[in-house]
Amino acid sequence: MSLAMYQQNILDHYKYPRNFGPLLGAQHHAHVANPLCGDELDFFLKFDEQEKIAAVKFTGQGCTISIASASMLSEKIKGLSRAESEKLTKDDVLKLLGVEVNPARLRCATLSLEAVQQALGHH
Amino acid sequence: MLSTETIKNDFPMFKANPKLVYLDSTATSLKPQAVIDAEREYYEQYGVNVHRGVYALSVRATDAYEGAREKVRKFINAKSTKEIIFTRNATEAINLVANTFGKSIGRGDAILTTEMEHHSNIVPWLPPPTPSALRAAPPNQGGAELRWIRVTDNGELDLSNLGELLKGVKLVAITQMSNVLGMVNDVKMIAKKAHSVGAKILVDAAQSTPHMPVDVQDLDADFLVFSGHKMLAPTGIGALYAKQEILQDLPPFLRGGDMILEVTKEGAQWNELPWKFEAGTPNIAGTIGLGAAIDYLQKIGMDNVWQHEQELTRYGLEQLSQISGVKVLGAPTTPAATPPLQGGVTSPPPTADARPSLGKLGIGRAGGAGRGAIFAFTIDGVHPHDIGSILDEQGVAIRAGHHCAMILHRKFGLPATARASCYLYNSKKDIDQLVKGIIKIQGMFA
Ligand SMILES: Cc1ncc(COP(=O)(O)O)c(C=O)c1O
Repeated sequence: MSLAMYQQNILDHYKYPRNFGPLLGAQHHAHVANPLCGDELDFFLKFDEQEKIAAVKFTGQGCTISIASASMLSEKIKGLSRAESEKLTKDDVLKLLGVEVNPARLRCATLSLEAVQQALGHH
Repeated sequence: MLSTETIKNDFPMFKANPKLVYLDSTATSLKPQAVIDAEREYYEQYGVNVHRGVYALSVRATDAYEGAREKVRKFINAKSTKEIIFTRNATEAINLVANTFGKSIGRGDAILTTEMEHHSNIVPWLPPPTPSALRAAPPNQGGAELRWIRVTDNGELDLSNLGELLKGVKLVAITQMSNVLGMVNDVKMIAKKAHSVGAKILVDAAQSTPHMPVDVQDLDADFLVFSGHKMLAPTGIGALYAKQEILQDLPPFLRGGDMILEVTKEGAQWNELPWKFEAGTPNIAGTIGLGAAIDYLQKIGMDNVWQHEQELTRYGLEQLSQISGVKVLGAPTTPAATPPLQGGVTSPPPTADARPSLGKLGIGRAGGAGRGAIFAFTIDGVHPHDIGSILDEQGVAIRAGHHCAMILHRKFGLPATARASCYLYNSKKDIDQLVKGIIKIQGMFA
């Protein structure tokens, strides 16, 4: 059921992505892309003194699922510790989306997680 | 127009999926019962190997297999069955040329292609990806320069500097119909120009043979390739046409059984054409299926198929252009209203109200410019994958992505497009369903 993917809150996150834009002074940044569909995401992270994520922003272009998942993930990880954010899995992202993502679109859903994981690994 | 209701009855896919609006024939076509039956009959009644057997069943299999070769010969009007080599698909046929003829193209030479090619007609001509190990080893070109005929904003080839581009060119590798733009190239004229500088021309006919009459002698193509699965035949069967005098001198591509006359410890003597290029047991059932597909198409008539799709092209462009926020790649109208290409396309512009007859437009046999029923489009603010998913929900099957044409998409600044494409079983109703779906999508994203 692909229409089920297009719930109102997903469309809302797509049309009005949260934490969208560049982040000045970011300590961590990663760029990920899926050349097959042309989706691209840049994630920027900043930690505070307690090693918690103080600020997160992202830029990029993509389909509803990839932008909505990036938007939701950016809200989710704000305030998390490094260890907590490193533990996030594909299932966590799918849970955030709250809809059944059809297999052909799974990569769209997880692109944002890939970006966050890479950003955490790259100083 | 063709009676699509009658035609649909020949395609079991519509029985299994009665609501299906199939607009992805550019990727692969559906198969009529006659093709499926031909394959099944081979396996059920005479499913033995070809060529070497002396018993009656093997003779029957050989006759069917070689009979399909004759059908292909006639279908594209080749002079001889020696010029028809079966491959898995268009891609393999191009690789065959790249790995045989292509080996004679080297440093200081050039290969000319276009920005609208499918990856299958680009990647075999590209230099190997890494400079070191790979460069020394296989492909075709020992460092030949790859040149590009530019695509204009209208989706046409910019042939204004063709003479300049052809300098030093040994091979022109060009599609007859773009699988994204639907634009038809005047390969006959380009062949003439190529030959005048001593270059050969390879025509990628993967999108033309299914939809229009193709005549290799009239085009004067040196090589022409196509895939069966896009023209009602099974997957895994395609063909290479090449002029006999060229094939004669080329080394074999693959080696093994069937492609030899005699083997000794010292060496082997290659088989005659076309078998020299068909090593190993071929796709017998698929080839017989291809023959049945050609029978089916010829019963309807390729002129009629093309006319039917011209009607769909006109209707589709008209309908899609009326939706604001939707952009279709390629020329905005059918060639009937389009002036001839710059740079020497010879076909005269038909009058606006004249049904463009094949002869007049020079499409197909004459190889003139035109446009097929392929609509690559975008909807403002909606990603092509979302377009594809939501249309799917409404029973409309289209494709979303770069359609193996990254260079073309990059050129238009688009990572991807949605693409709807038609064939002989599609009607205006299918386009209406597409339009309805698009309007629904626009509502969701408004
Ligand atoms: C213009 C064109 N050339 C070549 C090909 C490659 O065909 P195949 O994948 O069957 O080898 C395609 C398939 O989409 C095509 O559209």
